[in-house]
Parts: sequence; structure tokens; C-alpha cells
Amino acid sequence: MFPKPIHRSAAHWQVFYQGMLPLVMILWLLPLIAVAIFSIKPAVDFTNGNYWGWPSSFEAVENYGKVFFASDMPQYLLNSIYITIPTVIGAVALSCMTGFALGVYKFKGNLLIFFFFVAGNFVPFQILMVPVRTLTLDMGLYNTKTGLVLFHIAFQTGFCTLFMRNFIRALPFELVEAARVEGVAEWRIFWFVVLPLVRPAIAALSVLVFTFIWNDYFWAIVLTQGVENTPVTSGITSFNGQYRAAYHLMSAGSIVAALPPVMMFFAMQKHFIAGLTLGSVK
Amino acid sequence: MLFNFKKTVVAATTSTLLATGAFAGSHALSGDLVIFSDMSNPAPRAVMEGMIDRFGAMHPNLNIDLTVIDRENMKTQILNFTSANAPDLTNWYAANRMIPFVDAGLFEDVSDLWAEDEFVNNLASTKGALTLDGKQWGIPYTYYQWGVYYREDIFKELGLTEPTTWAEEKANCGKIVASGRACYTIGTKYLWTAGGWFDYVNLRTNGYDFHVQLANGEIAWTDPRVRQTFANWRELIDMGAFVENHQTYSWQESLPFIVNGDAAAILIGNFAVAPLREAGLSDDKLDFYQFVSINPDVAMAEDAPTDTFHIPSLAKNKENAKEFMRFVVSAENQTLINAGNALGQLPINAQSAVDDDEFLNQGFAMLSTNSPGGVAQFFDRDFPAEMAGIGMEGLQEFMVFPDNLEDILNRLETARADIY
Amino acid sequence: MSATTQHIKAKPLWNKQKLMPWLFLMPGILFFAIYVIFPIFQSFNISFYKWSGLGEPKYIGLKNYVKLFGDRAFEISLWNNLKWLVLYLLAIPTGLAIALFLNQTVTGIRLYKSLFFFPFVISQVVVGLVFTWFYDPTFGLLNTILTSLGFAPLNVLGDPTLVTYGIILAGLWPQTAYCMILYLTGLNTVDPDQVEAARLDGAKGLRMLWYIILPQLRPATFIAFVVTVIGALRSFDLVSIMTNGGPFGSSRVLSFYMFEKALSEYGFRMGYGAAIAVVLFAIMMVFIVYFLRAMYKQESEPR
Repeated sequence: MFPKPIHRSAAHWQVFYQGMLPLVMILWLLPLIAVAIFSIKPAVDFTNGNYWGWPSSFEAVENYGKVFFASDMPQYLLNSIYITIPTVIGAVALSCMTGFALGVYKFKGNLLIFFFFVAGNFVPFQILMVPVRTLTLDMGLYNTKTGLVLFHIAFQTGFCTLFMRNFIRALPFELVEAARVEGVAEWRIFWFVVLPLVRPAIAALSVLVFTFIWNDYFWAIVLTQGVENTPVTSGITSFNGQYRAAYHLMSAGSIVAALPPVMMFFAMQKHFIAGLTLGSVK
Repeated sequence: MLFNFKKTVVAATTSTLLATGAFAGSHALSGDLVIFSDMSNPAPRAVMEGMIDRFGAMHPNLNIDLTVIDRENMKTQILNFTSANAPDLTNWYAANRMIPFVDAGLFEDVSDLWAEDEFVNNLASTKGALTLDGKQWGIPYTYYQWGVYYREDIFKELGLTEPTTWAEEKANCGKIVASGRACYTIGTKYLWTAGGWFDYVNLRTNGYDFHVQLANGEIAWTDPRVRQTFANWRELIDMGAFVENHQTYSWQESLPFIVNGDAAAILIGNFAVAPLREAGLSDDKLDFYQFVSINPDVAMAEDAPTDTFHIPSLAKNKENAKEFMRFVVSAENQTLINAGNALGQLPINAQSAVDDDEFLNQGFAMLSTNSPGGVAQFFDRDFPAEMAGIGMEGLQEFMVFPDNLEDILNRLETARADIY
Repeated sequence: MSATTQHIKAKPLWNKQKLMPWLFLMPGILFFAIYVIFPIFQSFNISFYKWSGLGEPKYIGLKNYVKLFGDRAFEISLWNNLKWLVLYLLAIPTGLAIALFLNQTVTGIRLYKSLFFFPFVISQVVVGLVFTWFYDPTFGLLNTILTSLGFAPLNVLGDPTLVTYGIILAGLWPQTAYCMILYLTGLNTVDPDQVEAARLDGAKGLRMLWYIILPQLRPATFIAFVVTVIGALRSFDLVSIMTNGGPFGSSRVLSFYMFEKALSEYGFRMGYGAAIAVVLFAIMMVFIVYFLRAMYKQESEPR
């Protein structure tokens, strides 16, 4: 194992390492820790210039209470959920199919189509902005969660297809062949043979797509507006506009906005990491 | 309805007005009314919700749907919703800011409303701001003065009095800087506050007519009279009159400086009074004076921006919207919403009472009697949108790097050639 | 002759296997084509028009592109994008360093790894806000630290020469976390036998890293490179939240400038915005093609 396992070093190195770990971590997370501290301070501290001193009182309940009960944050969070979950379902479902098609079958144009999906995933959003906006307007879906969901499903299909297809290609092909020999219909092979095997990939993909969509800001501001439909990423800017210079509230709001993907991450760490490494570990 | 409207003091006191049948003559409406408002700051938001409450009480069968959009976000989103899924009413701004929508046919012509008695008799002063091509395209609901709000107690401490001439202004500022403070706080992150300074220095240096010509692209930015404006402005900048790092702050974030006493004054509109009061500046600490005269030969002119409502031409309930407009401009409503504890601004209906508030009184007097030169709408409304955008960036840059003036003026001049 | 010389089966001669993949592909391709592929071409088209989004578009040929060449803001954006491209790559060695640091099996290391990965999971909007407060000239932690160490305070986000670097630093935070995870996973697959053999030969430290470990990490480095480059060119969220392109446009990048031109309050010039997007796309294409070629080589290798 590299670097040299710490157990094999002298005792004082081990102690040093164990001591460095929390220190480096605090340094790394310093900006976040700062925001967390802000979020539990009372407003008085800010007007008095007491930014980094000990809070004069602990207002966590009050500040977070304001965020949840006296603002539009709950609506924004709900919107994010209504946008993210259908996207995850849609994108994963579509990509299971496309991944299956591209991974199992040999046909002319297989690689070309695959590359289309891959390339499309990497284009800058801006090249899509004007036409997608016009399309959404024409379909009457502007400023609806549906409009945003449809776009996200379409765009994420690129990344998800890449992922699924690689995963499916790594499966033992004999299983499919055996099923074919038995005369099983293709769609049944898809549903009963392949899908159960790709469950770990589906889990990883779902977590990843959830994070990407929840954290999306650009399309939220291009395709939605107003409290009813806008997700939490753009909602936080309205929230901050309402409470501008009320740093304790802005901090609390930001933390609330950041929380769901973080919780999802901690709950599903393994899947998350498996998804991100994208076949660099075959 | 999806929103939980906070009951405000304003709303409570209006029930008596309703009881007196003050709105006789409006038949009860039914159906829907969809409103997109950009009144996202706390006090205006309460006012908007209050108006909805009262209008809703008058028309119980009317389903009113209000969406409050962040004021800065509205500037982008109005483009989207006026072309599709339009509401019945939207906030926006007057004068040249209406041009893109009027030219594209996205605002409804409401000249018929302006021909009605109430408008003809009582709204004459703001008609010009809402007129393009001889027709009216919206209604005003408030307007407010701009001027210098200053710390009365700091002035007293330093033995200063309200200045009326440029020399006095600079003398005051010198003393303030010597005491370790900045003369003016300002937050230019969103650029338009710098436009306010330019407006005033230019209006005082060269006059209203010149300013309007500049806004219409008839005068070059490299003109020596424009340079004179910047030279005057520079005198204050060089003295260290403005707080540092203002380009990082929004106007709200710049207020703590005057609240703490780190700055002695701010040039801003009356909408800043409510947050300043809330931050703890009582009326004995805060006072107001009209921006000083720079060039004694030039008549004093003021910025008094008007905020407005418009009906998108794609709206579905235009009659309901027009009724709401009539309600908004009515004398009683105007008195109510512009009161000191609500918007704290000036009513646009000549029959309304100006609330007995120190600043409103001073502002009203200033605008009615002491502004013979004229009333401008503000930099980002008098100048066409694109010129305003490029212009304000240049102004912000000038405030931070005054030596870049040549470069800035050339850039603005190139833009002028391109845009007009 | 009678028509039954050859009894051809009534079933169509299409090989079911040939049709099936297309059935599975159809929904995905449809969505993708409508929302991604066609819009790319539509944007190309729009860039030849002058359109405010409100009225009728007006054909003006290459005028938008000509205008781009003289546009100072466009020039600044290009330079900033270059800075992003180059400096953002620092995430890769930094990520590697942290991965090496954390690649031990002491108690609680899993928790540390998760916590280090934190910044990537947070929305870029929140990262932007967090760093804006970090840099704030009045109360930001950065200035508090600097002044307590005796240095003069900085206004990172208000200084046109520092602002882009400040935003890049903010972006490096989550990006480094991502590279860290890539390398941590990669390190797990390093061949232990090779490492032991090299150790016996006396290799250690940097030599071991360079000659034995890094070559085995090549797939991870490749992915890290591609994702980092794409991320650098996409940096819209941070610029929008932290500075709105300011001060006086000095932190603008192409992705943000395009949005400004097409949808900002001060002038809706969709055609011009589309032209900027096309330029950005062209720059990206260089990297996309490079990535696709590498993938193609991988695919052509026997399974």
C-alpha cells in the first residue's frame, strides 16, 4: 500500500498523523464552519461588529425557525423535491434502456450513437439556452416544474447512458446468450435478466443524478421564476434578497439549502463514490 | 390561494375605510386576477399584500393570485413571462424602460384608463413618465424623492449645518473625513446607486435639458461639459468621501456604515428610510437635505423615479386588471400605501394626503416647489437599457479608479455610436 | 407457374435482433435529440440573427461575430476563461496530495474521507455564498486571519486584479474534493505486488510515486483532467453568485457573458449571446474531441 502504512512507522509519526488529521480537516472545512457559526448568532452580534467572537446568545432555534416558518424556503425545498425525483426516475429509466441497447447489441452506428450521448453530456449549457427556452415557452411549459424536469431528463440521459452502457458491457454476456437460446423475448431479457444485475449501478446513478439536479442553478433561473416553481438553488437568492445583510438568516438559509444532498451523500456514500469513479476502476 | 398574507397594521386600519363605502361604484368582480410583483423588500411586500387583501375584500368572488419575485430577478424574468403565461398585472418602471416592451407590443395600451376623470384630474404630474408615442402604457403607484440623508447627530457633533452650495458641501466633507469617517456610504455592487450620483452631479452641473439630451444620445460622452461633471464628482472622490470597497456591497449592505456612524450620509431614495429606521436610527438622528447646487446658473432638478404597474398584452383578465389599477391610483389607497409606516413615499394622486412624516414632508416640498428644473426618472430609466448598463459599469469603475476616465469616456462614446 | 414455388414465411425477414436495440433506444434518443442535439444547431442558426427575444429576428449574417472581435468584454471573458482553464487544473495534484494523505487505515479514516468530500456535494450556489462571506472586506474570515497575522486586509472580490483568482479558489474547493475521491479509489486498485517489489528494491517516497504509482493511476488522472476542464469552462454559478461579473466586468467568463447578453435586464440580444455560446462551444469541442478519441482507442482494444 502506498504511502507507507502508518502502522509501520515509528510511534511518534503515528501520533503526529492522528493529530494532523483533525487539524487539516478543520482547515479544509473552515469556510463552512464559519457559515455554521454565523447561522446561530443573533442579529445583534452583526450590528455590533462581533463577527468572530463567541455568540452573545445562541439563536439556532430562532434563526432556523425563521427560515422554515417565516419564509418561502419550505416551498423552495418542496419544489426541488418535485423537480429532482421525477428527473432521477426518468433519466435512470431511459438510460437503462439505452445502456442495454448499446451495451448488449452489436450494430452499425452503435459507437456513433454512444459518442453522441457522451459528447452531448459535455456541451456547455449556454449553447442550449436560447433554443431550449424558446421550446419550453412554445410548449407552454415555461415556469413549470414539468418543463424543467423534461429538460433535465433529456440532458442527464447523456451521462447516464455512458454510465449504464459501460456497466452493462462489463456484465457476463453468457447470461444473455443463455436466455436467448432458451427463446426468451428480448424485453424479458432486459427486464428479468439484466435489470436485476445492474441494481448497484442504478443506486449509484440515482444518487448522483439527485445531487446534480438538486444543485442545478442555471436551468432553474432560465426556465422558472417565482416561489411556486423555482427550486431551492435559485430560491436561496430570493431569500437572500429578502433578508439582505441579515447574515445570520442568510447563513441559516444557505445551510438548509445545502442539506438534502449532503444527507443523501452520507446515507449512500458507497453508491455515490462508485458512481463518480466512472469506470476508472474496471 | 397559495400564500399566507401577513395581516399588517395598514390592512387593519383600512377596514374602517371600507365600511364607509369609500369605493362606491365598483361592481364586484369575479374570475381570476394574476399579479406578478417585484415588491420583494419587506416593507413594500407588506404593502402589496395589504392591497391584495383590501381589493379582495371588495371583490369576494375574485380569485387573486400574487407572486412576489425578487426585485433584481424580476429584471430578467419579466422578459420571459410577458411573452408567455403572462400575468394580468406586473410591476415595472416608467420612461425609457418601457420601450422594449412597448415596441414589441407586449404592454397593453391603457390610454383609455388615463382618459377617465380620476386620471385626468388627479394624476397629471406622472402622465409624462408613462407616455410613449402619445399613448400611456401603465399606471404609477408611487414615486419617491432622492436626496441626501444624513446623521443629524454627527453633524451636530462636528458643528456642521446643511450645505446649500458646492463649497459648503466640500467643507463639510473635509471636516467629516478629518474626524475619521467617510462622508458618504454607497453600495455599487448592483451599479445603479452610482447612476444616482452621476444624475445629481450632472443635473447640478449642466441642468435638466442637457441631462435629457445626453440620455437621448444627442451629446457625446467626451463633451467637455460631461467631463466637467466627472471633474466635480472627482473632487469628492479624491477627498476620500466615499466608503471603501463599495463595489462589493449592495445598497442594503452599505447601510450599516451610516448606522454605525462610519459614514455621515448617503445619497439615496426615500425607500432607504424604512430600513434605516428599523436599524435603529430614530428621527432625531436622521435628517434630509436636497442635493446642493453646484452651478448657480442651473435650475435645480431632481430624480424622482416612479414605480409602476402594467398589463401585459397577453394577459387573460384585462378588465379585472384595469379595475385593480383604478383601485391602486385611488386617493384613499394612495394615501394608505404611501404612508410613513408603509412605503414611506409620495402618492401620485393629487387628492391624497402626504403622510405627516419628516422626510415625506421635506421631499414633497422639494419636489413641488424647489425643483423648477424638472423631474428625471433616474439613470437606468432615462437612458435606454443597453446604454444604461454599459454606462453604470463605467460609473462604478470611475468611482474606484478615477484615473481611468479617458478610457471610460471613450468606451461610453463607442457604445453611444452603436446603440443610438 | 403456380405461385407456390417458394413458400416464404409470412413473418417479415427482419431480424428481430436488428430491430430491438432501436426500440430500446428510441425514447432516449428522442429526448436527447430534442433537448440537446437540435438546440446546438439552432443556436448556431440564431447567432446569425439579431433578435431581442421579443419581436421578429433579423438576419445579419456574420455581424455578431465581427462585433465579438472588437468587444472588450468578450476579450476579458476569454482571458478569464484561460485563467480558469490553467489554474483549475491545480485541483488534480492537490486532490492527489490529499488522497495520499488520507490513504491510511487508522480509526475514523472513513469519516474523514467523507468529510473531505463534503464540498463537492454542496450546490455551487452555496459554495459561492460561503466564499463571498469568507472574502468579505468587513467581516470575512480571510481578512480577520490576515490582519491578525499582521498583513493588510484585502478586498478580493472588489479588486479587478484579484477577483478572478478569488473565484477560481472557491471553485477549486469542490473540484479538489472530486479529484481526491477519484484518486482514493484509484489508489485502492494499485497493484500491491508491484509496490512491495519496488520497496524491496529500495524505492520510496517521490520516486515510488513517480515511477510506480502514477502510471497505474492514469485512468483516474484522465477522468480528472476531462471533468476539471469541462468544469472550468462551465463556471457560471460561481461568477453569477459571487460577483455578477463585476467589479466592472473584470470577472466575466464566457458562460456568464453569454447569459448576460441574452437574458440580462440591460438588453436582450439573443443573437449576440448565441454567437458567444458558439465560441464557447468551439473551445469545448477541442476537449470533447480529445476525450472521444481517447475513448475510441479504449473501445477498439479487445474486451
